[in-house]
Amino acid sequence: MADHLLEVRDLSVEFHTAAGTVKAVQNVNWYLDRGETLAILGESGSGKSVSASAVMNLIDMPPGKITSGAILLNGKDMLKMSAEERRAINGAKIAMIFQDPLAHLNPVFTVGWQIAEMMTTHGRPRDKAAARARDLLHRVGLPEPDLAFGKYPHQFSGGQRQRLMIAMALACKPDILIADEPTTALDVTVQAQVLALLEELQQETGMGLLLITHDLGVVAEIADRVVVMNGGQIVETGNASEVYHNPQHPYTKKLIAAAPGSGEMPEESDRRGEPLLRATDLHKYYSAFHALKGVDLTIMPGETVAVVGESGSGKSTLARAILRLDDPSSGQIHYRGKDLMTLGPRELFGLRRDLQMVFQDPTQSLNPRMTVFQLISEAWAIHPEILPRKQWRDRVAELLTKVGLKPEMAVRYPHQFSGGQRQRIAIARALAMEPKLIVCDEAVSALDVSIQAQVIELLAGLRREMGLSYLFIAHDLPVVRDFADRVIVMKSGEIVEEGPVRQIFEAPRKDYTRALLAASLDPDPEIQAARRTARMELEMAVSA
Amino acid sequence: MSATNTQTSDAAKPKGLVAQWFALLWADKFAFFAALFLLIAVLCAIFGPLLFETLATKQNLRGRNAPPFDLSRGWAFILGADALGRPLLARIVVAARNTLLVAGAAVVASAVIGTTLGLIAGYSRKRAAQWIMRLGDVIMSFPSLLLAVIVLYMLEPSIANIVLVLAITRIPIYLRTARAEVLEVRERMFVQAAKVMGASDMRIIFRHILPVILPTLVTIATLDFAFVMLAESALSFLGIGIQAPEITWGLMVSQGRPYLTNAWWLSFWPGLAIILTTLSLNLLSNWMRIALDPTQRWRLEMGGRKNG
Amino acid sequence: MSKFIGKRALASAVSLIGLVILVFFLSRLTGDPTDLYLPLDASVEAREQFREMHGFNDPLIVQFGRYVGDLVQGDFGESIRQARPAMQVVLEAFTWTLALAVITMTFVTIAAIVVGSLAAFRAGGIFDRLATFFSLIGASAPDFWIAIVAIVIFSVNLQWLPTSGTGSAAHWVLPVAVLFIRPFGLIVQVVRGSMINVLSSAYVKTARAKGVRTLPIIFVHGLRNAMLPVITVIGDQAAAILNGAVVVETIFGFPGIGKLMIDSILLRDFSVVLAAIMISALAIFLMNLLIDIAYALLDPRIRY
Repeated sequence: MADHLLEVRDLSVEFHTAAGTVKAVQNVNWYLDRGETLAILGESGSGKSVSASAVMNLIDMPPGKITSGAILLNGKDMLKMSAEERRAINGAKIAMIFQDPLAHLNPVFTVGWQIAEMMTTHGRPRDKAAARARDLLHRVGLPEPDLAFGKYPHQFSGGQRQRLMIAMALACKPDILIADEPTTALDVTVQAQVLALLEELQQETGMGLLLITHDLGVVAEIADRVVVMNGGQIVETGNASEVYHNPQHPYTKKLIAAAPGSGEMPEESDRRGEPLLRATDLHKYYSAFHALKGVDLTIMPGETVAVVGESGSGKSTLARAILRLDDPSSGQIHYRGKDLMTLGPRELFGLRRDLQMVFQDPTQSLNPRMTVFQLISEAWAIHPEILPRKQWRDRVAELLTKVGLKPEMAVRYPHQFSGGQRQRIAIARALAMEPKLIVCDEAVSALDVSIQAQVIELLAGLRREMGLSYLFIAHDLPVVRDFADRVIVMKSGEIVEEGPVRQIFEAPRKDYTRALLAASLDPDPEIQAARRTARMELEMAVSA
Repeated sequence: MSATNTQTSDAAKPKGLVAQWFALLWADKFAFFAALFLLIAVLCAIFGPLLFETLATKQNLRGRNAPPFDLSRGWAFILGADALGRPLLARIVVAARNTLLVAGAAVVASAVIGTTLGLIAGYSRKRAAQWIMRLGDVIMSFPSLLLAVIVLYMLEPSIANIVLVLAITRIPIYLRTARAEVLEVRERMFVQAAKVMGASDMRIIFRHILPVILPTLVTIATLDFAFVMLAESALSFLGIGIQAPEITWGLMVSQGRPYLTNAWWLSFWPGLAIILTTLSLNLLSNWMRIALDPTQRWRLEMGGRKNG
Repeated sequence: MSKFIGKRALASAVSLIGLVILVFFLSRLTGDPTDLYLPLDASVEAREQFREMHGFNDPLIVQFGRYVGDLVQGDFGESIRQARPAMQVVLEAFTWTLALAVITMTFVTIAAIVVGSLAAFRAGGIFDRLATFFSLIGASAPDFWIAIVAIVIFSVNLQWLPTSGTGSAAHWVLPVAVLFIRPFGLIVQVVRGSMINVLSSAYVKTARAKGVRTLPIIFVHGLRNAMLPVITVIGDQAAAILNGAVVVETIFGFPGIGKLMIDSILLRDFSVVLAAIMISALAIFLMNLLIDIAYALLDPRIRY
C-alpha cells in the first residue's frame, strides 16, 4: 500500500480538566492525498479540530495528552519526531489558517513582515522572502497589494485578513493546508470568494486541503470526501455527495435534516388593518457615518418580518433604533398608533413590556452572576404590576417548561447550561414580560445547526400559541426561509428589496438579492454545483 | 464543557458556601497560610491593646536592649526588649492595631469614595464625569508620598490626618479601575437586555454592573492594603507619621535605628511583621484574582497539584 | 498628537497651579521660619529685620502676589538656608535623583523582563514558582527596613560599602540595590501575567503553526505585545523614584530631591519646596508623555 500524504491512525487525545479527564477524540482515522480536499464536519465539542491541532503540534501538554495512535506524513510517524523536526515541518510542509484572522495575526507587526517571517523562519534570505511576500499579496487578490505590505492587520477587512492568512500559509509552498473554519466569521459573499480562492490555489499547487467546518454548505461547495464527527468519534466517512444523499449514521441524518432552508415556506400573510409597528424614514448617524438611510418598516400583529443583510448593512442599528436602545437621528416609529419617538420616559417604560429582545450571544446577554430564577423574575421586579411576588416561583417554573427546560433548573447559573439552553433562558426572560413583539437580533447565529433548528421551532411554536410578532434579524438567508412571513434585504443602511418570503427566494427582483442567494451555500453538493455555475455567470454579468 | 461544569457545581452545592470557599483557599497553600497569618494579625489588632497594653509600656531599665531568644525574663521577651526595656513581642502585638487601623481605614475610605466616583464617571455621560476624571488626574500627577509629607508637616500628624492623606492619594486607583470596568461592562449584552426590560439606572448599576466589577476591586483593595501599610510605615519611619507614645510597626523600626549596630532586633522584628503582613496580602490578592473569577476558578478546584 | 499633548499639558498646568497655591498658603499658615534661623538670643530688632528682609511681615495675599510676580519673570525665589536661587538648589538635587532613577530603572527593566518572560513561558514550573515567590517578597518589602538591614550587613559588619554620601561608584551600590527591589518585584509579576496572556493568544498559535522557534516567539511575537501593560508600571515606578525616593535618600544621605524636600520642609525653606514641587510635576508630565509615546511606538493601533 502506497503511503498517503497525511494519515492519522487510531488517534486518541485526552484533556485533564477540573471535572476529570475528557476524551477529546477517540480512535480517529483519516487520510489526505495530494490534490484532494477532505472536510472534517462536526458541531462544537465534536472534537473536529483536535486531530488537526495534533498534526500541528499545537496541543498543550499538559493538560492535553495523546494516548494512542500515529500521525504519518508520507509514511513517517510525526509523533516519534523531535520537537525540532516537528517545528521544521510546520509552515514548510503543513500550513494552517484559522477562523478569526484578526486574532490570529500579530497586531503589532506589518502583514508584509509576518508573511516574510514564514519564509525567513524556514531559512530563506530576508530580501527574497520580502519579494515573494509582495508577489503573494498580488496573488491572493488584495486591493492595492503594494501598499498592503507595510500595513497592519487592523487596517484590513475580515475577508482581506483571511486572504492575508492564506498568503502567509502558502508562502513556503506547503504540501498540505489545514483550514480551521476559514470562512465562519465572514459574510456569505466574502465566504464564497475565499472558498473560490482556496480552490484555485489548490489546483495551482496540487496541495492537499484539510477543511474543518460545521457547515454542510461549505462541505458541498469544496470537499471531495468528508469525515463526520460527533462526541470525539468519527461516525461516518465517505464521498461528500454520497454522504449527503445516503447518510448511514443517525447523527448524520439528523444533521442533514436540521440544515436550514429545506422546509415549506409560509404563505403570504394578510396585511390589512392596523399595523403593530410602523417605522418611517429612519435615519441614524454615528458622527459622520450614515448607518441608516431612510428605512421604512411595517410589522402586522402575529407577523414575522426578517431583516437580512451582511455586516455593515445597518440591520442591527435598525433593531436597536426600534427598541430605542440607540435613538435614531430622525424618523418616526409608531407602535399601535403611538409615536415612540415623542414618548416621555414614563410612557416608554410602560411600552417596554410589549417590545422585547433576544440577543445574538446568550452567554453575553445573561448576567453571569444571577440565577435563572433571578434572571427571569427580574422582569416582575422592574414591572411589579405584571405579577405579585408570591406567584413568581410558579410562573418561572411554567415559563421554563414552556421553553423546554426543567423547573428545577431555576437555581442554576447561566454558565451551567449549553448554548442552546441559554438561548431558551433568554427567550423565557423575554416572555416573562408578556410582550407583543420580540426583536431577535441574530438570535440563532451563534448556535450549532441542530440547536438552531430547535430554537427556531420553539419560536415558531410560541408564535402560534401566543400570537407573537417577531422582527428577526439575520445575516443568513436560508435561516429565515422556513420561518419568516416577509423578508427585507438591507445593504449599506438602505432597504434593497422587500417582499413576501416566497417572492424573495423564488423571484428576487434585485441583483444584490440574487447575489446573496447565489452566495449562500446549499448542503446538497449537486445543487451547490449548479449554484456555483449560476454565480459565475452572475459575476460575469456584473463585471461586464 | 458546560456538561462538566454542571457536574462540579452540583457536587459542590451540598457542602455549603463557607466550606466551598475554604476548599478553594486550602487548594492554594500559600494563600491559606497568608489568610491564617492575617487572621492572627487582625486578632492582635482587636484584642492586643486590651491584653498587653501595660506589659508593652512598662519600662524596665535593667532589661534595656535585652537580646532575643532568652526566656529568663518570660515569654514576652522572646524577641528581646527595646531601649527602655519594654518587651518587643508585646509591643509588636499592640502596635498591630494602629498599623492595621490606619491602613484599613484609608483603604476602605478610598475604595468606597473611588468606586462611587468611578461608577458615576463610567456610567454617566454628563459633564460631572469629565470633572471626576480631571480630579483623578490631578491627584495622580503628584507623588503620593511627597504629598503626604507636605500635608502632614503643615497639618498635625494625627491618625485621622494620616488616614485622610493616604485615602486621598489612593482614590484614583479605584476611580480609574471602576470607570474602566464600568465602560466595558456597560456595553455588555446583559446590560442592554436589562435596558430593554426597562430597568432603571440605579438597578443597572447596583444589580448588574457592581456585582461584576466588585471582585476586581476587592482584589485591588487587598493589594492596596499592602501598599498603604508600607506608605504609612515609611511616614512613621521618617517621623512624620504617627507620633510616640502611640506606636506602629514603622515607628518601631525607626526607634530601633540608633541601636542598629549593637541591638539589631529592635528594628528587625517590627520590619519582619510588616513584610509578612504585606506578603500575606499580596499572596491573598493573587489567590483572589483566580478564586473570584468564575472562568479561572477551575485552576483551584482541580486541587493542589496544578496551582501556580 | 500635538493636540493631545496640549490637552495633557493644560491639565497638568491647572493642577500644578492649584497645588502651588495650596502649598503656599498652607506653609505660611504654619508660622514663619525666623526662629529656626536666628539664634535663641537674637534681639527683637534682628528678628524683625530678618522678617522684613524675607517679606514675612506683609499680608499673605501681598506675599503671594509678589511670589507670582517674581515667578512670571523666571525668579523662583531664594533659598533661605543656602542663600542662593531656589531653582538652582532644586535642579542640582534633581540631577542626582535623575541619575539614580535612570540607573535603577535600567537594571529593573532588563531583569524584570527576562525573569518575568521566562517564568511565563513555563508557567507553573519550578523557575516560575521561585520567581513568583521572590518577586512577591520583593514587592512586599519596606524599603526603609531593607535599607537599614543592608547597612548593618554590608557597611557595619562586612565593611564592604560606605553608609552614605556620593563620592565613588561604591556609594551608589546600596541605594540602587535597595531601590531595585520593590519595582523589580512588581514588574516581574506584571510581565509574567501579561506574557502568560500573550502566549496563550491566537497569534502565538499562528506563530507556532508557522514553525517559529521558541525564543523568537517569546521575545519577538510575545514581548512587544506583552510590554503594553508593563510600560505603564515601569513609568509609575520611575516616577515614584524621581519624586519619592525620600526614604532611601534620607537613609543613605544621598543629596537628591527627596532629601532636599524633607530638609526644606523641616526648615520652612518655602521657595525651595515650591520649586521642587514644580520640577516634580514637570518630571511626571514628561514621564507620562514618554509612556504615551512608547505606547504608540509599540502598538500601531494606538493613534492620538
